[in-house]
Amino acid sequence: MASITHFNPSTPKRDLAVMGIFALVVLTAPIWATPIGANYPDLLQRFAIFGIFAIGYNLLFGLTGYLSFGHAAFLGVGSYAAVWIFKLLTMNAILAVAFGMLVAAVFAVAIGYVALRRAGIYFAILTLAFAQMSYRLAYSVLTPITNGETGLTLDGNDPRVIDALFGGGGEGIPNPSLFGLELTGYAAFYFCAVVLILAFWVSLKIFRSPFGLKLLAIKSNQTRMRFTGYNTRPYVLTVFVISGMYAGLAGSLMAVTDPLAGAERMVWTASGEVVLMTILGGAGTLVGPMLGAVLIKYAENIFSAVNDSQLADLFGFLPEPVTDLMVGVASLFVGEGWHLTLGLLFMAIVIFLPGGMMEGLYRIGGAIRRRRAGGRAADNSAVTQPSE
Amino acid sequence: MAQNFVLNVSDVNKSFGGLQALTNINLQIEEGKTHAVIGPNGAGKSTLLNTVIGRLAPDTGSVLFDGVNLTGKTAHQINQLGVARVFQTPEIFLDLTVLQNIEIAALAKRDGAFSFKPFRSMFSETKIQQEAVDMLDDMGLHHLRDHPAANLSRGDKRRLEIAMCLIQHPRLLLLDEPTAGMARHDTNRTIDLLQRIKARGMTKVIIEHDMHVVFSLADWISVLAQGAIIAEGTPEDIKGNPKVQEAYLGGTEV
Repeated sequence: MASITHFNPSTPKRDLAVMGIFALVVLTAPIWATPIGANYPDLLQRFAIFGIFAIGYNLLFGLTGYLSFGHAAFLGVGSYAAVWIFKLLTMNAILAVAFGMLVAAVFAVAIGYVALRRAGIYFAILTLAFAQMSYRLAYSVLTPITNGETGLTLDGNDPRVIDALFGGGGEGIPNPSLFGLELTGYAAFYFCAVVLILAFWVSLKIFRSPFGLKLLAIKSNQTRMRFTGYNTRPYVLTVFVISGMYAGLAGSLMAVTDPLAGAERMVWTASGEVVLMTILGGAGTLVGPMLGAVLIKYAENIFSAVNDSQLADLFGFLPEPVTDLMVGVASLFVGEGWHLTLGLLFMAIVIFLPGGMMEGLYRIGGAIRRRRAGGRAADNSAVTQPSE
Repeated sequence: MAQNFVLNVSDVNKSFGGLQALTNINLQIEEGKTHAVIGPNGAGKSTLLNTVIGRLAPDTGSVLFDGVNLTGKTAHQINQLGVARVFQTPEIFLDLTVLQNIEIAALAKRDGAFSFKPFRSMFSETKIQQEAVDMLDDMGLHHLRDHPAANLSRGDKRRLEIAMCLIQHPRLLLLDEPTAGMARHDTNRTIDLLQRIKARGMTKVIIEHDMHVVFSLADWISVLAQGAIIAEGTPEDIKGNPKVQEAYLGGTEV
């Protein structure tokens, strides 16, 4: 059934199990990612960071149905804010992350206040316009803050007042740290992983709260919501700001794992990417957006790295003219052209699995259950769809 | 003199361009009564309702609910004052379950127009849940509680919408053609339901053109024709009023 009711059969016990499994899978990522060749911190970090981004985006889009096309602006703002903390105050990641979220929240209040006067396509266009404005401003007027095209980077001469106070700040450029623990390699991944688990927990709480239920109701019928006594705009604005803070959090984590910030993080394709992740995984589901983020980042990693000579090896068993042809065609889909692959994948999902990967998993689960039950009780599965 | 009038519509005029939709409308709705507004199509029934709920601002006159002027108030403010509304086509949350629909309405009564408690869980809202379940029992919808509201029949959707209004214990319930588009069987069930809740002493205003519905429910009837009230009285008065028969019933006996 296409209409998934997200609150349906969830119980506190079930949620606890979901939370436990999620945490376990995230923390053991270096182990299970080995067979698929993704077991290095740089890529795992990216899974976690974009997972946070998509989970936050899903709170807005999945619950209220408001499609923002400018969320990358909050991501970029979070990055800049974090790097400024590294430059001026301290290399401690906690402060950088907190400040990144705060600045993103302030931005989200301003943009949301204006954009939420409209719904539907007009809301999407307004958010897109704001994000593109931020992107352009970062290259022009705001150069003193963003350092323009070069991007904002750390410098040996940065003051780092707090670190200096505690006698730190030796020679060279230090790494971001967590109270003395340097956040590089797997330490950085585990920092992101813990933040991801926390972010997922908050998202789960919101899904299960009366607040979350009201957001779903706004998506379902805003007129009835108003005539039932709810002032809907502050609800949507609140979740818009929360969602912006998630993006700011993701952006500041990018700065933690690699202390630089550039305006290209705010460009509109970056905003589009998080929409793709959410829809690909399953908008409105709890873990779908996380799956979408991992799938896209993994596919990007694989497909964008393939080059022509590898393709030639792959098709080398064919006669030479055929090989050339195959390489010519296939090369459109890899390397720089991997977005073409992504586009095809996206189209396939939207057409055949409108509920995203989660719908695919439900169908598989439903088929297995039916087979086990020998065809009896098959109709029950439609009603008792799980919400993860 | 107007102590027990819940709703007081006085001297309301409303025109759209050159069209005079409402002319000097005066309505006093008595506490605890079921007041029907009837009239042929285009008489201005919906326009009148929309001015009461603040969707349309009257050109002149006022709409007082419990002494509070409703003109210029938003839909949610009017609801929070104690006015609930049932629409011509049931407005419910189609994507949510029947139980969730009721819970949302109950939460609006408890939490007000806005509240943000993201770490409170629906699992621990046992009081709201119990209230909602009792309401479903009362409405005969209990067997459907975990079904998406979209799957309900037209009649059940209407019952659900009425249940959502009732759980808020409104002082005034506005019903806009509650049996529109219903089969006879569903119409009768809905009339039964409305008669049952009549006993609860809630004030109701029904906009309707189905005579069967009006005469089985109303204590008092106002007849609207061409934007003006042409007659008022008990169902018996209205049935025998020749002016009404001419304007509305086309001269036939009821």
